[in-house]
Amino acid sequence: MPSQRHQLLLILVLLLAIASLTAALLVGSARIPPDEVWAHLLGNDGSINDRIIDQLRLPRALTAFAVGGLLALAGALIQVLLRNPLGDPYILGVSGGASAAVLSCMLLALPGFWYTPAAAVGALFSTLLVFGLTRSADDWHADRLLLTGIVVAAGWSALISFVLSISPSGQLPGMLFWLMGDLSDANRPVLPLSLLGIGLTLAYLRARDLNIATQGLLQAAALGIDTRRLRLELYFLSALLTAGAVTSAGAIGFIGLITPHLIRRLGASDHRILLPAATLSGGSLLVLADSAARTLISPMQLPVGVLTAMIGVPVFLFLLHGRRQA
Amino acid sequence: MSRLLETRRLSVSIGGQPLCKELDLQIMPGQSWALLGRNGAGKTTLIHHLAGLHRPAPGTVFVDGRDLAQIAPRRRAQLIGILLQHSSRGFGANVIDTVLTGRHPHLPTLAWEASSDLEIARSCIQTLGLEELSSRSLDTLSGGELRRVEIARLLAQQTRISFLDEPTNHLDLAHQATCLRTLQTRCVSPKKAMLMVVHDLNLAYRICDHWLILNGDGSWQSGRREDLADPGALSKAYGHPISRLASDDGPVFLAQL
Repeated sequence: MPSQRHQLLLILVLLLAIASLTAALLVGSARIPPDEVWAHLLGNDGSINDRIIDQLRLPRALTAFAVGGLLALAGALIQVLLRNPLGDPYILGVSGGASAAVLSCMLLALPGFWYTPAAAVGALFSTLLVFGLTRSADDWHADRLLLTGIVVAAGWSALISFVLSISPSGQLPGMLFWLMGDLSDANRPVLPLSLLGIGLTLAYLRARDLNIATQGLLQAAALGIDTRRLRLELYFLSALLTAGAVTSAGAIGFIGLITPHLIRRLGASDHRILLPAATLSGGSLLVLADSAARTLISPMQLPVGVLTAMIGVPVFLFLLHGRRQA
Repeated sequence: MSRLLETRRLSVSIGGQPLCKELDLQIMPGQSWALLGRNGAGKTTLIHHLAGLHRPAPGTVFVDGRDLAQIAPRRRAQLIGILLQHSSRGFGANVIDTVLTGRHPHLPTLAWEASSDLEIARSCIQTLGLEELSSRSLDTLSGGELRRVEIARLLAQQTRISFLDEPTNHLDLAHQATCLRTLQTRCVSPKKAMLMVVHDLNLAYRICDHWLILNGDGSWQSGRREDLADPGALSKAYGHPISRLASDDGPVFLAQL
């Protein structure tokens, strides 16, 4: 059974999730009193406020939660796959592929409904490309995977810069929002939420294997884990989760890198705790960041990626520094 | 007595270079084997093959009468344990959690460790004298302490065959002696056997009753230590003059300086 400390941590992140979602429903440019929010959520009176809650704030908050959860979970898996606690879900080029595809659509002035399938195709293509380049005859080294991912990501980055530099200036803000990660169009939570549910379930089945895989693949094999299969599962699951997040909201940074780290810092390196705790707190963090992004300088909205990076950079540096001292 | 581990015409090579050709080895329960040979002779690669960590090489390995290639990974890890040559600190899990991972092959997929598993892990920690480090992160341990944690994890795995790749790495003389003695009592019994890669011929002679020597060119010798501990054969295997002196505690081997 999980220790009392771990149970407490799970309860805390669950409360954080509820609190963040509640906060997201309460804040916004339209002032809606809390008791009214609750009534609108349950009932339907056709008022403007009712539509703001049911059609804007709730789906956006749920999408933000799902995307944050997907990124945090993907980050936790990628970190085990690369055996590097500083692994990031975007390091394998998944988001680069998605971004390049979406920006190309924008450049060609395709209608908005193309963006989601284009992002999915771009992410999938990049995933398969890195996998194909890495899968050598015999072994699958973490370093080789990392290096291939970084190089492919650099390639996407160059393509993105190219598209940006030849795009008409009117299209640039939309492109930049997408690159930084943006939830303002995110109002379809069903797909990312289901992906998150499925992903967490699949990952959880492997939680104890993941604990051992952090000790090295040879050690994992010594303890009876089919490491070839585990790596394949980790690679494709984390790519799928990342693709789901990027497709819904663009390339939001830092959540995937930092959340698993934070949970480890709080004393949960056991993936049976880490996976659900990181998922819940990743979701909560993005909901909070997005609520801030749409209220800080309201009625203007910031891309949420700006805020996650602004919070993420100092947190990351703090973690890195603390790590060295420890 | 049934063979615990048997190889038939096992040929192991790396990069096209043969390490051992057509190895026929029989390890009986209660035996303790030393695997000797110069650097690069293929000792580590061989025990990885014997422990089922690599894809099957030409030839067959039988464990307790069954073809190793046909044994599912988890079942294999219930039978065979291996202490790897190189230590890993992972992501800084603590000592007790790391030792508990030795119970992994014995637990169903979604199960948490039972109190009996915790009991086993604690007793292994105690055996290796690590009680005071139990809640410390692996990041904070010295190389020798980490090595003892890994030995404790191997003991917690409770396997019938133990492969040990340079178990005394990082250990001081006192811990070399106590750890080897512990391994000898815990990994060798009427149902269990061990095989260790070791560079110190004196330890090999005192701890192990059987030797397997890889000569580095694909040829090998195996048998009782008394039959193999010949300075001429050892000098040939290591490509360096080795002399044998007599002492009250048995023979002492010295490499010429």
